[in-house]
Amino acid sequence: MSTAAGTGEQPLIELRGCSFQYRAQAEPTLRDIDLAVRRGEKVAIVGASGSGKSTLLRVLNGMIPHHHRGTITGSVRVAGHDPAEAPLVETARVVGTVLQDSNNQFVGLSVAEDIAFSLENQQVPTEEMPERIARAARLTGIEDRLGDSPHDLSGGQKQRVAIAGVLVDEVDVLLLDEPLANLDPAAGRATVELLDDLHREQGTTIVIVEHRLEDVLHRDVDRIVLLSEGRIVADAPPGEVLASGRLEAHGIRPPLHVTALRRAGAPVTADQRPSRAADIDLTPAQIEAVRAWTEDAPDPASELSDDGDPALELEGVRVEIPVGPERTTVALDGIDARIRCGEMLGVLGSNGAGKSTLARVLCGFETATAGRVRIGGADATGWSLAERGERIGFVLQEPGQMLSQPRVLDEIALGLRARSLPDEEIARRSEEVLAVCGLRPFRSWPLSALSHGQRKRVSIAAVLALEPEVLLLDEPTAGQDHAHYSEFMEFLRGVHRAGTTVVLITHDMHLALEHTRRVLVLSGGHLLADDHPAAVLTDPELSARADLVTTGLYDLARRCGVPDPARLVRRVIAADRHEREEAR
Amino acid sequence: MTSPVLGYVDRTGPLHRLSGVSKLALALGVVIGAMIGFDVRYLAAVSLGSLVLWGMSRVRVRDLAVVLWLVAIFATLNNIGIFLFAPGYGTELFGTRHVLLEGPWRWDVTAEQLFYQSAVTLKYVAVLPSVLLFVATTRPPEFASSLARIGVPYRIAYAVSLALRYIPDVQREFRTISQAQQARGLDTSRAAGLRTRVRNLASVLLPLLLGTFDRIEAVSAAMELRGFGRGRRRTWLVRTPLRLPDLVLISLAVLLVAVPLVLLGVNDGRFWNPFL
Repeated sequence: MSTAAGTGEQPLIELRGCSFQYRAQAEPTLRDIDLAVRRGEKVAIVGASGSGKSTLLRVLNGMIPHHHRGTITGSVRVAGHDPAEAPLVETARVVGTVLQDSNNQFVGLSVAEDIAFSLENQQVPTEEMPERIARAARLTGIEDRLGDSPHDLSGGQKQRVAIAGVLVDEVDVLLLDEPLANLDPAAGRATVELLDDLHREQGTTIVIVEHRLEDVLHRDVDRIVLLSEGRIVADAPPGEVLASGRLEAHGIRPPLHVTALRRAGAPVTADQRPSRAADIDLTPAQIEAVRAWTEDAPDPASELSDDGDPALELEGVRVEIPVGPERTTVALDGIDARIRCGEMLGVLGSNGAGKSTLARVLCGFETATAGRVRIGGADATGWSLAERGERIGFVLQEPGQMLSQPRVLDEIALGLRARSLPDEEIARRSEEVLAVCGLRPFRSWPLSALSHGQRKRVSIAAVLALEPEVLLLDEPTAGQDHAHYSEFMEFLRGVHRAGTTVVLITHDMHLALEHTRRVLVLSGGHLLADDHPAAVLTDPELSARADLVTTGLYDLARRCGVPDPARLVRRVIAADRHEREEAR
Repeated sequence: MTSPVLGYVDRTGPLHRLSGVSKLALALGVVIGAMIGFDVRYLAAVSLGSLVLWGMSRVRVRDLAVVLWLVAIFATLNNIGIFLFAPGYGTELFGTRHVLLEGPWRWDVTAEQLFYQSAVTLKYVAVLPSVLLFVATTRPPEFASSLARIGVPYRIAYAVSLALRYIPDVQREFRTISQAQQARGLDTSRAAGLRTRVRNLASVLLPLLLGTFDRIEAVSAAMELRGFGRGRRRTWLVRTPLRLPDLVLISLAVLLVAVPLVLLGVNDGRFWNPFL
């Protein structure tokens, strides 16, 4: 890595007046982008879905124009070359890209083979490989997993392998496309820490494209670049961007402590180092404001009520899943829980904690090895999938997995026709769910013409049409930016108000905090806690055990001397709800 | 059922430890040998050897049950077909006619026909286990590297090995989609009528197919970014060195091809004729 000051003046990446339009699209996706990244910088690129951040990343790594066709104007320079002119591999030797889904990036059958993939393609002699693999593995902290196969690794570990597979080429720039999207909070933080170590110790230039800004800011970045509708609307140090209030306006959620201070009437300024609640320079006035504001928090007792008939009950449920010839793992063990009618409940935990298995055993996708599931008070053992499906609607994370019909209306009617309901009943229910899900204008649209969020709604509508008592959603907001997330959750609250019990399976702590009043916390197949989310996410010990992290509000409360941090959390949520209700 | 229909069986046995190249050589030796040779003695010996290998391998019949069933059905149909369309072919080949059972019109069962058809069946028994064992005991990257080592272009070799690797993922996804559709009331089990079942199955396969295309797109982009397909050749990290058992296996493969060639001369044709 060159440290010559003379060449250091020349940015490693430089875009001037760059615009790009995909061949299949009517409008340019990037407009007039000016961006410079110098050697050794660490930059976070944030923006709502469709703001062009993934496209910008593709321009930087040469996938545009080598893989995606379209018209590009303006100038692009990466390490002195135009990626459009240079072969993709040449650019990849300077700019290493780590893609969002590390599953698809894993092409080897073991960690070592996967890290070696690029070396193999460059025809590096076999005997030179182990040393370079070992170095890259050491840098990313997976040196003791070299012989393991991908399905023995957690999401965070797979991502480390992906990063090592890029570092093995001794790249100058690491380009990461939403590296936190598929990780639970603790693994997300670990990734942010790893990137920071690489940045400080190896001098690697780092560009992170992400919309989970609060997690990215867990470690310092030099600049935040905010994209909106294909344009750069802010490019400044994090303090300035956070204090400017522009993030919300462009669909990005600021860190919760920043929001809390604003709500308390004492907003942060750029020079207070507002990136993290633990390091922020609070003024006495701000501390006083937070304390006073917290006093108005609602009482937890009013939010945790015990009445209501049970909708779902689990009694000593244990699930073993076959993982190979004659081998099983215990995915859930000794689960006792009760979900009441009319609740909106969260199931929290890391990847592999058993959240999805819990949903699958409720729906009958997996059978309980021991214990019992009751639906509406009745023992559901031996019920068919279709029988359970009438009582519990399960919405998979990926809407594409559920949609098979050409048009929206057909998709919604599919399950109703399968149940041989009379035509007028099918028409009535379809109309009803179209209205509830805000899909009326799209009723005759082909599914392929809908956005991801709309397709998600169709998949929910198709399940709601069966009029289940309980709606079970697996990571309902994964990959959605804040604006789409808020809109979607508003819709889901509408469904909930209409009388459906809603269970959200998620590792998104914000989702649980804002929209549920009770969460089940799973870890390693066991139920760790059954409590108010504010209590869970301000309990450092419990959070750590469940691979969650305490919310930034916890630090803020401690810094301000608020005795019960959960109280501040409840205050912020109440203010949020109030604001939403005002907006409605 | 989550184990793949055809793929690597992760239960280490003696064959798993051999180099992919020698196993591939043996499988090819058996295939080519059985293609050339029609001598029942040779085929019977190879079949016996294949079955012994299977017994040693710790791969169970259940692991590959689906493939075995398919091949068994195909072999049976093939045999029925031969008898229906050419019941006198055995006589034609061997020049004698020993009728064992009088049948209607020309469908008499002759010893020569039975002998010919048993040779055809023996070919299946000889070839199938060794090819399946190669797939079941060779880990996909080694599978790719052994294909590449014997001269198959590495892009094709990699495509084959990736396809094998993603079979379990696709199966898992199929299961999830199918369960989600069943929960909506789309029955794909035997309880539903054939037409409904086919229609409902389409509602599972379409999302699966589209999802698979997306995945292929993502994987190929990831591979391209890491320089795959750029050079005409590539090197391989995993390459089990050839040891004595491997060399024995490769010699055996050569022998398997050489024997039927020799037999061609000895028998004065592809067939050994016990009827003369």
